[in-house]
Amino acid sequence: MAEYKFKLPVSEEDVRRLRVGDIVYVTGTMVTARDQAHRRVLELVKKGEKPPVDLRGLALYHCGPVVRKKPSGEWEIVAAGPTTSTRMEVLEAEFIEATGVRIIIGKGGMGSRTAEACRKHGAVYAVFTGGAAVLAANAIKRVKEVHWLDLGIPEAMWVLEVEDFGPLVVTIDSTGRNLYAELMAEAKKRLEEEIYPRIGLR
Amino acid sequence: MVLEAAKNIVSAAAVYLPDDVKNALQKALEKEENPLARKQFEAILENVRLAAELKKPICQDTGMVYFYAKVGEHFPILSKLPEILVKATRQATVEVPLRPNAVDPIRNKNSGDNTGRYMPWIDWEIVEGDRLELWVVLKGGGSEYPSTLAMISPALGLKAVKKVVVDAVYNAGPKPCPPVIVSVGLAGGSDIAMKLAKRSLLRPIGERHPDPEVAALEEELLGLINKLGIGVHGFGGLTTALDVKVEYGYRHPASFAVAVAFNCWATRRSGVIVERDGSTQYLTHKFLNKEVGIHG
Repeated sequence: MAEYKFKLPVSEEDVRRLRVGDIVYVTGTMVTARDQAHRRVLELVKKGEKPPVDLRGLALYHCGPVVRKKPSGEWEIVAAGPTTSTRMEVLEAEFIEATGVRIIIGKGGMGSRTAEACRKHGAVYAVFTGGAAVLAANAIKRVKEVHWLDLGIPEAMWVLEVEDFGPLVVTIDSTGRNLYAELMAEAKKRLEEEIYPRIGLR
Repeated sequence: MVLEAAKNIVSAAAVYLPDDVKNALQKALEKEENPLARKQFEAILENVRLAAELKKPICQDTGMVYFYAKVGEHFPILSKLPEILVKATRQATVEVPLRPNAVDPIRNKNSGDNTGRYMPWIDWEIVEGDRLELWVVLKGGGSEYPSTLAMISPALGLKAVKKVVVDAVYNAGPKPCPPVIVSVGLAGGSDIAMKLAKRSLLRPIGERHPDPEVAALEEELLGLINKLGIGVHGFGGLTTALDVKVEYGYRHPASFAVAVAFNCWATRRSGVIVERDGSTQYLTHKFLNKEVGIHG
């Protein structure tokens, strides 16, 4: 359980040093995208166009924030915890390949296709404490840009400047390990070997 | 006055975790030894503290707005209540602020103010008397995702019920932001079972069902779930669920519905009693009895 502080953009070499269970804090540019923004980025790339932000080496955050517009016209991020990442599982492997993003941040874990893409392209998936939205917002220093507000505030792409954003626990590393998959396999064993017999099921 | 009270409970629920939930999380941290789990509990409790201090929503998913209205038959403005609750939701959305979470499923459009067809949702109970007991639950999307409904074979009885519940928690894994509160509804009809499960999420942590057999089932299920070892945010440890609630209605001889509803660790609920004369008594966020509004 090593602890790292990374500046974004981060190199492939640095990301490949991370192992599941490690804790990371990131500083630099982090971009939010949920289902709809993922889809839109991939549609653009398919057409040979570029997404509005160059995501190479950056952190991608599965998050739909609560925001407020200040009297100055600037956006303020009020609360910004992670959303459930599995919804993005169907799109994430393609997204990693298309954008070169290195750190994917969310909650609840991701599946084998994402783990394979992390291994192949040199990326990790890390978890921010679900629901800890004010803690997250405190590490977000400002909104640099926002794109695609037509998707609604939660689904828009927020480009954020963050400082020591974390603690992030790496649960998928670039060696193909998936910590949640391992922990859930243990839970399954307990379910079948300890819990079912107690209920009277075999 | 109902408008003010409704807005106050929505706002308070978003910002201040109820004491029973906060205490349960603190206790879970104190007995935990797994270092990753401890780190998660510490982050959660620090976040709860910061939210209250800065008067910001605990979680960015400020949820779907569910009202539970126990209305006295002689409460004066019964038919106006839906309109008032919509207005309260709109105002709280701007003032807290809440994230706009109401989406038209046909046109995929967000209304922008947390209201729309059947939103906020209102669960009605007509009771004797002339007062209104109004509760709100801000129900996050992540904890709605693993909701489970099973129509079991009645011959298998409670054994099958227990399996449905532990399987639902296992299948949910880290997704609903554990430690969760699990609520189980048993009935003949599918909708009745889910409604009972949802209503029971209002009961405070640690409060057992008044029927001792149901209370024992709640405790047994809690013990079984915590044996799974999924733990806080799926990082293992002792506490996967903070509590289990069970509620039941009589079933059909051939039909046995088991509904499992979840709440995340950020269980946001708040209640108020509004008397016929408009005076209020806040039930969970008692500081509201002294102040005016959460920003007061």
